[in-house]
Amino acid sequence: MHNKTITQLAHGLRSGEFSSVELTQAYLNRIKRHQGLNTYITVCEDLALQVAYAADIRLANGNPELLTGIPIAQKDIFCTEGVKTTCGSKMLDNFIAPYNATVVEKFNQAGAVMLGKLNMDEFAMGSSNETSYYGAVRNPWDINAVPGGSSGGSAAALAARLAVGATGTDTGGSIRQPAALCGITGLKPTYGRVSRYGMIAYASSLDQGGPMTRSAEDAAIMLQVMAGFDEKDSTSVDLPVPDYRAGLNNSIAGLKIGLPKEFFGEGLDSDVAAALETAVNEYRKLGAEIKEISMPNLNLAIPAYYVIAPAECSANLARFDGVRYGYRCENPVDLSDLYTRSRGEGFGKEVKRRILMGTYALSAGYYDAYYIKAQKIRRLLSEDFKNALAQVDVVMGPVTPGTAFGIGEKIGNPIAMYLSDIYTIAINLAGVPAMSIPAGFVKGKPVGLQIIGNYFAEDRLLNIAHRYQQVTGWHLQPPKGFE
Amino acid sequence: MEWETVIGLEIHTQLATKSKIFSGASTAYGAAPNTQACAVDLGLPGVLPVLNEEAVHKAVIFGMAIEAEIAPYSVFARKNYFYPDLPKGYQISQMELPIVGPGHLDIEVDGVSKRIGITRAHLEEDAGKSLHEDFHGLTGIDLNRAGTPLLEIVSEPDMRSAKEAVAYMRKLHELVRYLDICDGNMQEGSFRCDANVSVRPKGQKEFGTRAEIKNINSFKFVEKAINHETGRQIELIENGGKVIQETRLYDSVKDETRSMRSKEEANDYRYFPDPDLLPVFISEDFKALVKAQLPELPQAKKHRFQDQYALDEDNAAMLTYSCQLADYFEAVLKESGCEARLCANWITGELSAALNKAGLEITGSPVSHERLAGLLARIGDNTISGKIAKQVFEEMWQGTATADEIIAAKGLKQITDSGAIELIIDRIIAENPGQVQQYRSGKDKVFAFFVGQVMKEMQGKANPGEVNKMLKAKLSR
Repeated sequence: MHNKTITQLAHGLRSGEFSSVELTQAYLNRIKRHQGLNTYITVCEDLALQVAYAADIRLANGNPELLTGIPIAQKDIFCTEGVKTTCGSKMLDNFIAPYNATVVEKFNQAGAVMLGKLNMDEFAMGSSNETSYYGAVRNPWDINAVPGGSSGGSAAALAARLAVGATGTDTGGSIRQPAALCGITGLKPTYGRVSRYGMIAYASSLDQGGPMTRSAEDAAIMLQVMAGFDEKDSTSVDLPVPDYRAGLNNSIAGLKIGLPKEFFGEGLDSDVAAALETAVNEYRKLGAEIKEISMPNLNLAIPAYYVIAPAECSANLARFDGVRYGYRCENPVDLSDLYTRSRGEGFGKEVKRRILMGTYALSAGYYDAYYIKAQKIRRLLSEDFKNALAQVDVVMGPVTPGTAFGIGEKIGNPIAMYLSDIYTIAINLAGVPAMSIPAGFVKGKPVGLQIIGNYFAEDRLLNIAHRYQQVTGWHLQPPKGFE
Repeated sequence: MEWETVIGLEIHTQLATKSKIFSGASTAYGAAPNTQACAVDLGLPGVLPVLNEEAVHKAVIFGMAIEAEIAPYSVFARKNYFYPDLPKGYQISQMELPIVGPGHLDIEVDGVSKRIGITRAHLEEDAGKSLHEDFHGLTGIDLNRAGTPLLEIVSEPDMRSAKEAVAYMRKLHELVRYLDICDGNMQEGSFRCDANVSVRPKGQKEFGTRAEIKNINSFKFVEKAINHETGRQIELIENGGKVIQETRLYDSVKDETRSMRSKEEANDYRYFPDPDLLPVFISEDFKALVKAQLPELPQAKKHRFQDQYALDEDNAAMLTYSCQLADYFEAVLKESGCEARLCANWITGELSAALNKAGLEITGSPVSHERLAGLLARIGDNTISGKIAKQVFEEMWQGTATADEIIAAKGLKQITDSGAIELIIDRIIAENPGQVQQYRSGKDKVFAFFVGQVMKEMQGKANPGEVNKMLKAKLSR
């Protein structure tokens, strides 16, 4: 059962091959068996079985939706009413959300079964899932390697078949990079496509929720539920949501693919480059035209990101002050002590680093040199994408410079860690959608191919990814021990 | 040395919207603590602000009324600081691009008109309240007020005395209530003031160093606080000291200001555009629509009352202090058909006195404009005298009867029948030969004695004009 896609599971539930309760129980058993991967922070066993039971009734009554009774899991950044929502932090270890994020509400309405809450880097700050208060997540392809981050729990759980679909969030690569390192499919939608309400903010102008699955078709099904305007999120965009599955099989003959030369230069692992070349060739066989392009400002993305994201996070995380909810230090002697110790003890090292960087960047006398400058770079990067996407239909490139690195390998070196997002960050700054799909292996570890499209062209990306997955089998391969 | 005071005011007006500026929670005052604070107001993880259109509308109304530039594009910014009653650790406000740009307001002090510049007015959310009593050494937090929409109106340093500052503040208070954008309730904090005060030798161009006096919530205290602060600064400088830039608090009990924090201790608020909110675009069409819907403003109304109704300036000013009072006046005038001056005198006199005594606003008057018009109509057609009318008014204030009902029930109808009046006059003349003698020998003052006697006999119901005429005729014989 655990190797089936959402479409196959939906079919099985309708044909009576298995019930949602049986399916959910099977997944719960698997989660227990593989808890060493540390993918889940909270497993909602009772709740999941209750929802599965209700789903079976709905299936029997004949008014189910596609996801009714399908076991999925939420990244622990999404608020879930009555269920602990930690954001991977000690700060929220005691926080039971009193409301549902819009995305969670939509999955609930669809009748999806939430198995639990997935591990992540603390407040989504990290590229290896090692900053989580709940410990590192292990990559099912190599248990000594990281799964990537910040949606590392989501990616590892999917690769290990501990859920058939999961949510992720992507601020600088947090869906695509772990998807690549764990060999699964991840989609970061256009900024504004998916509501951020109830998604704990890291960097508000960059954060975007999206689906993580094992196939493009499943991603289309998940996105269908997640996407759409939300009056509770002023930055969500009021545009109609297309039928994402309708065009999956469209021909991609004549598709113009741009390969920015800046993506394939120094820093990219040669084996990864070779794997990507093979993948691009596959597209050529499908009738696509390949064109080399240039995006001259890509090298500015990381410095701009590490001003903007920390600046926003320094304000976003100010609410965690020990006053109303979350961690509070013991016996504070006065207000200042309450603040400094609650925050000092509640936040981890990387979170503090980014709050400090952001506070500095916004300080009087530095604002223009850092924040304003970074915003100008952001505009340049958007121009780069606009120009590129005027010449070609999609841009392709690597997701990460190499395959999954070892646990502990980069955690002591923030700059090295930040550079692992070098190919993903510019996309968030521009706000365009992008996918990561499995495109082969290097020394037994997965390689991801990144496909970047124009604003609100998620349907096109899914179509391009799906066509590739029709002619390749990378996405179907389970890691050893998780078959 | 002669000193000049320089004052600029920052006035926080609470906009009278039903819900908060960024959430759907109610803004009603006085609810049990934390019962009007939703997830957004509490600053829970994951929540997002959504701008209340009505708050924007009200800000634009204000901008149009002070003939200000309305920004076609304005931006919300985060003002970062930690305080327990500030749930998000930042206040959503406006910094670089406020919604209302430069405008002005004209004030009058001692008959002299002066134009006060308004630098800007921006939208922001209010914080909650810290409660330091009743918690045994702890502090309670009430977030009901958190997220209440405020329009902060910043003036130029154009005022030169506490008197001018109060005149400006009153004028602004009158205006926001006219525009119906703020209830103006100062006790509930709907209209509060920070005053920037400095002094300089008269004739000097450069400003002195200013001190900011925070959160003054009455006209009286603004005047006292500024006067005290001016005195303090002058004394300090004359004794060889230097004013430092700082924030001070006014203590109304001790009538003094004291230091809260100096500039060195001031926060770096690290303003930056709030990425959760889109910029606000105001179209020319929207501005035109708001302008067309603007009510007649106090100044214009006052001038119209003087011209159209031939009222003196005092009466016109009193009647136009609130829009509702002015409306009441015009309704009474129309319904009674009486002279404007009679209506004005009754409303600014009898009615206002009764309202003041009962602590009521015109909107809460027990005597409606219909009933007052009914009373004044009876003065106008000579059914009753002004004196009797006051008696009838008292009755009306207590109950619900109309003037006609009271006049009929109590037999207060004025006697204009000259035969009846004549009979009484004749009798009084006959009974008081001494006084008649005095009058006829030139003591005019005795006349009042006769009027009094006649009115007393007739229980005040005689038409005073008729009585005067007849008495004069009979006595001079």
